[in-house]
Amino acid sequence: MRDAAHDAAPVLGEAVVRDPTGLHARPAVKLTKLAKGFEATVEIRTGQNGAWINAKSPNAVMKMKAGYGETISVRAEGIHANSAVAALVGLIERDFDG
Amino acid sequence: MADLPSERVFTGLSATGGLALGTIVVEKAAALGDRQAGSPGQERRALDAAIARAKGEIGALAAKADDLGAEILEFQSALLEDDDFLGLAFARITGGDPAQEAWSAALDGEVAQYRAGGDDYFKARAEDLLDLKARVLRSLFGTDTKAPARMVKDTILLAVDLTPSRFLELEGPFLRGAAILGGSPTSHVAILARARGIPLVVGLDTKLDKAMAGQHAVLDAKAGSLTIAPSSATLATAKDRLDSIAADTRAWEELIARPAVMGDGTPVQVSINLDDPAILDNLPPAHCDGIGLTRTEFLFRGGRLPDEDAQFKVYRRLMAWAEGRPVTIRTLDAGGDKPIAGVTPSGEANPFLGVRGLRLSLRHPEIFAVQLRALARAAALGPLKIMVPMVTLPGEMDQVRAILDLVLADLAKAGTDHARPALGMMIEVPAAALCTEYFETDFFSIGSNDLVQYLTACARDNAAVAPLADPRNPAVLELIRRCVAVARAKGIEIGLCGDMASDPELLPLLLDCGLRSISVSPAQLGPAKLAIHRYSGKAGRHG
Repeated sequence: MRDAAHDAAPVLGEAVVRDPTGLHARPAVKLTKLAKGFEATVEIRTGQNGAWINAKSPNAVMKMKAGYGETISVRAEGIHANSAVAALVGLIERDFDG
Repeated sequence: MADLPSERVFTGLSATGGLALGTIVVEKAAALGDRQAGSPGQERRALDAAIARAKGEIGALAAKADDLGAEILEFQSALLEDDDFLGLAFARITGGDPAQEAWSAALDGEVAQYRAGGDDYFKARAEDLLDLKARVLRSLFGTDTKAPARMVKDTILLAVDLTPSRFLELEGPFLRGAAILGGSPTSHVAILARARGIPLVVGLDTKLDKAMAGQHAVLDAKAGSLTIAPSSATLATAKDRLDSIAADTRAWEELIARPAVMGDGTPVQVSINLDDPAILDNLPPAHCDGIGLTRTEFLFRGGRLPDEDAQFKVYRRLMAWAEGRPVTIRTLDAGGDKPIAGVTPSGEANPFLGVRGLRLSLRHPEIFAVQLRALARAAALGPLKIMVPMVTLPGEMDQVRAILDLVLADLAKAGTDHARPALGMMIEVPAAALCTEYFETDFFSIGSNDLVQYLTACARDNAAVAPLADPRNPAVLELIRRCVAVARAKGIEIGLCGDMASDPELLPLLLDCGLRSISVSPAQLGPAKLAIHRYSGKAGRHG
């Protein structure tokens, strides 16, 4: 449940999965570890209509079964939300390298 | 002396090659016993403690695991730090469930979601969840999760099932092989066993019997059988085979890093068949003469259509790995037994004789051209060869060349780095095999799996006709001989990249036919080089 009364609008971003084999276990774990480094609420979804899921949950990220070429939307809310979105988008864009 | 029990043979499925002699150790499914459930608060603390212990165990295992093992364990470990995931079980405890029921129900629910959809990758990940379920339950019940003290020298483990982490735990100097009643050849534990060279038979047709423990056994993982209390004759045969396997292994270890030559010094090109680029990390390129077949279907897994850049990145990686050796890349060979949703036609009565391989590519020039563009760009980096599957008529190769010409012209116009790759064809269709002289092509590569299937009229996926689909059939060998003669007369290269080349017993027959270039699965590089080394020019039964 999101708090509608929150005054700061969530920060949004998106990136395309570049690995031909999709968002598999290793990238999923990497992504959640990065998201956990932020205090902000960080969520991701596939495409424009997928359900938002917690980017700090490896189980939820895996179950998205995001495939090659799919766009992942990222949204964050709270402290350092901007940095969180930038970091996740960057990780996906450089194909989870580093 | 008591009567010796008589020999009993159980069959299952082969998950690895190899043969092991040893003593049966039966691992019973962890008997969890009873556990007194407490208040929700106590149950929550008990589950927390069990999870913490499990996390410690997995961490210790990961520290000594190789890359593949570490990846499996890393994912399990991440799940134990996933608050949402653990929350599913904690919520059930709050609702009054005992810890073990809460944990089991939560995990089973997730497993069902991973299995839904039928994707092999996610089905394999479901095993990780079951692995985790079992480990935390054992921890909760205080069942000893360390390797059992009863592991003996030359253990052949017999179990109902074996999880990936349990396999990693038991692996060590004592474990010679394992046979499990469950499992499948594509499971994680099978992949681990293959990587570690531990013989494994899955789906063994028997019940666990305490009396089996401590008995001598022969595990023939290649044939998929377990012989308990082998007769002295069985044992002697197995020992001979083991000795000869060991001697062969020592012999090919000497040869594997050197170019392959026959007994008389004639060189033979030995390349590898590549299904998944991940294996290249552990394979020295100097062990082969390049890549003889890249099955690009892995790029299209799950119905995906990778764009030019994504494909180029993968091809570039192959070129970098090969360090200047030839890299042969087969264009998409979908259809037949390799459907791709949305691309391959559905509802064909006989897909093996339908729109597959090149036939499909020519119907989808938009997909084909993207692949050719990516290949032509990668050709700028070294000797890249494009290989086209399922060619029937010379006119089809002319069509491919025309599309390639257009692609090359486009790349030139855009000023994109590229080069003209060699363009060759596979020989799989008998009509093409009998008319090779009429094809304009830079090279030939015989796809023996399909050639044998079409020539003997035996579907590859029908076990009932398997005995008729014999690659030794004189018609197969005669046709191969004919193709080699034509290639020589035309002055172009010819090789063979099917399973025939990977079988050291069939390889001499191919050398008899005059073939001097083969491509084998990476694990068969050593055995193939040894078979070539031992070949003295008279294996055959021709003449």
